[in-house]
Amino acid sequence: MPTPPDGPSALGSPARRSEGHAKVTGAARYAAEHTPPDCAYAWPVPATIVRGRVTSVDIAAATAAPGVIGVLTPYDAPRLGTADDPTLHLLQDLSVPHRGWYVALAVADTPEGARAAAARVRVTYETDPHDVTLSADHPGVYTPAEANGGHPAHRRQGDPDAAFAAAPVRIDRAYAVPPLHNHPMEPHSATAAWDAERHHLTVHDSSQGAGAVRAALAALLNLAEEDITVVSEHVGGGFGSKGTPRPHVVLAAMASRHYGRPVKLALPRAHLPATVGHRAPTLHRIRLGARTDGTLTSLTHEVTTHTSRVREFVEQAAVPARIMYAVPDMRTTHRVVALDVPTPSWMRAPGEAPGMYALESAMDELADALGVDPIELRIRNEPRTEPDSGHPFSSRHLVECLREGAERFGWARCREPRRDGPYLIGSGVAAATYPVLVMPSTARAHARSDGRYLVEVNATDIGTGARTVLAQVAADALRVPLDRVTVAIGHTGLPAAPLAGGSSGTASWGWAVHDACTALTARLERHHGALPPGGLTASADTTQSAKQKSPYSRHAFGAHFAEVRVDTITGEVRVRRMLGVFAAGRILNPLTARSQFTGGMVMGIGMALTEHSTMDPQFGDFTESDLAAYHVPAHADVPAIEAHWIDEHDKHLNPMGSKGIGEIGIVGTAAAVANAFHHATGCRLRELPLTPDRVLAALGSAGP
Amino acid sequence: MVARARAPQHPQQAGPRAGEGPVRSRVALRVNGRTYALDLDNRVTLLDALRELLDLTGSKKGCDHGQCGACTVLVDGRRANSCLLLAVTLDASEITTVEGLAASDGALSPLQEAFLEYDAFQCGYCTPGQLCSAVGMLREAAAGHPSCVTDAATAADTAHPAALTPEEIAERLSGNLCRCGAYNAITRAVAACAATEAPDQAPRRPRT
Repeated sequence: MPTPPDGPSALGSPARRSEGHAKVTGAARYAAEHTPPDCAYAWPVPATIVRGRVTSVDIAAATAAPGVIGVLTPYDAPRLGTADDPTLHLLQDLSVPHRGWYVALAVADTPEGARAAAARVRVTYETDPHDVTLSADHPGVYTPAEANGGHPAHRRQGDPDAAFAAAPVRIDRAYAVPPLHNHPMEPHSATAAWDAERHHLTVHDSSQGAGAVRAALAALLNLAEEDITVVSEHVGGGFGSKGTPRPHVVLAAMASRHYGRPVKLALPRAHLPATVGHRAPTLHRIRLGARTDGTLTSLTHEVTTHTSRVREFVEQAAVPARIMYAVPDMRTTHRVVALDVPTPSWMRAPGEAPGMYALESAMDELADALGVDPIELRIRNEPRTEPDSGHPFSSRHLVECLREGAERFGWARCREPRRDGPYLIGSGVAAATYPVLVMPSTARAHARSDGRYLVEVNATDIGTGARTVLAQVAADALRVPLDRVTVAIGHTGLPAAPLAGGSSGTASWGWAVHDACTALTARLERHHGALPPGGLTASADTTQSAKQKSPYSRHAFGAHFAEVRVDTITGEVRVRRMLGVFAAGRILNPLTARSQFTGGMVMGIGMALTEHSTMDPQFGDFTESDLAAYHVPAHADVPAIEAHWIDEHDKHLNPMGSKGIGEIGIVGTAAAVANAFHHATGCRLRELPLTPDRVLAALGSAGP
Repeated sequence: MVARARAPQHPQQAGPRAGEGPVRSRVALRVNGRTYALDLDNRVTLLDALRELLDLTGSKKGCDHGQCGACTVLVDGRRANSCLLLAVTLDASEITTVEGLAASDGALSPLQEAFLEYDAFQCGYCTPGQLCSAVGMLREAAAGHPSCVTDAATAADTAHPAALTPEEIAERLSGNLCRCGAYNAITRAVAACAATEAPDQAPRRPRT
């Protein structure tokens, strides 16, 4: 990166969030905070059976109240076009594929009126037998063609069974991760306004990608994409659950067009688990075979998970094992059962988060069995090339992360577990990984005659700091100070760009912004004299460059360290200290990057200790459906967390040299905490989260 | 896949229209120093009144059940979940929202500045609630309120301001969830302000 002549490089500087002022003053408007004149309010009605058919919908009582505009039902709702995603095919037929599936939509003048009307809708059903319970030996289990992300479901190298049988040291363990919920602070919301005169639909949506929402709405409403504007300017978190268009936006748009009024729909919190995706439960079986010196000879990671009967989604939890350790004989496989459950989807580090919990727990168990330090065990099995593809790593540095983390954490000093009154204190370590993903994007850079620059790209800032870091990328490429650059994002009128997902945003959008700004710089260099009143513009499209297949295996890596305190009386586990060291390419903004890494670790603490959803076998719904029953970490659950990184220079990524950082923070956390629990207590819990009931049962049976 | 049979037309409903509308009340809401005369459906929460009727959308709806704290505002100087208050009960109460934290000339409060400096938020959706909650919490601490992590001897001494360690701050702000996990930075931002906050500006401890 060239250094601007009149200041330090913007890239790599701890620039504050450019929308920060708007966020601390309440001026930043989210999707439900646009109230067009004559705006109506919608409230959806969820199915109260698990599986069957709607036989009648009585809306008389609902529509009798003043101010109720109407109730859309499967009988009379406007017919939709074909959606790629069948979870968006709402109110089109009478079947109920899972509890919580929407069967009606009440629309009224006020939020109170809509909610009351929805409560008065009477639905009758014909009920079929249902099955919502996942087990590894479920008769309906099958091996899918692919797991999420396009990964082959099944991979095998060598003969892992024979190698396992021949191994002098063997670990054969089962681990379980329950269903988990994204629960971004902003519930999924949309405000849709259909303008019949202009034949144009304008939607404010809480989405991780306005472009994908527009494409889905166009297909469903039989409109051209030019007839739709989707705005996602400020988004209150998503963590994957807003990565695909969700029912709320379809219903809001459908109702607005049908009733000829703007319609606002903000989902009630308790609806989210059934309607916006969840992390599917995963049952893991891991077999590790090793020589007595710790060298791995066999690795098998088998994952069984569930999907819905609406759409197949397979959490790719066995995929990270393919790149982690040097093992000649390896099998990684996914099996799935389609149940009468809500459709699972992306939640922060899908695949890696549950998969690495299981794998890194098993590595800890192997270290224990061998009597080898768990860091040393990982170092002994460091691969020279990616075990699955055989490709060289573009950069790896896992060993450096482990070593630096051990140094900073004081690993050597805490190898003996301690007892402090009723408390048992121990520490644990786990490795983390997340792939480098990049998608094609376009962007436009504009030099204004007043010396300022405008960069346009339909990126989304869901709290990552994308807006800020894209301005930094632009300022560097333009060789101007950061405060001369304005970035416009979150609007389908801007140059097309991919969604915020897969930790790929900065790489994908940043690449296009870099290219557009570099092209603009070249134009400006060729231009002599004052700029024309309209300024100068350059555009970029990275379809060619970003799609190029890399000859390298490209991943970020990290090492997590945790110290926990186990209360032997209450069974409560508290994290006392947590530290992560990451190798994630060039860190473009240390201020926002630290927040991303730390935030991921906080979510990982929830995964380890408190976050737990239950699919009720009788009722077929997630019992813990709101923020009272589903405990996401609160202030008091979170100790001082340190995030550090290795200064990594990787030339095989993108012009910025960055890897994604939004997800890796969660990946190793749960295993580090669970391993620390084992270190503290000598008990191994193989099912998350480590709740007091399980802890007390384990301590009781083992005797602390 | 869901079967896609064309549904039959629903028979026209001829239900009686309940002539009675919702019960309404006139109320004068005092928000950020301004008075708003409103004729309200009694079911309207303070949060919905702020967001939908007054276009003060800074206060956020995260759960609508008092579980997340995103809607936290100050009512007569004390923090409260605005989703759990009916607006019609707040006639003549002084309500402060995030929009009222900055000075009238737009200058940010020290707490807002500290949130920017420490990057104490990511998506920003819990931020208004965190800020209002922190304002209320700093006042409570200055007035000597103990928390459940305050040791017994200190808790008994309500004549002096409570010392705000990171543990105290985290405990006292635990009603405000942040799914992005900005807790460490929020604690640091609040601690920076707690250290500079003049205790004599704090209101007296309420009599209750």
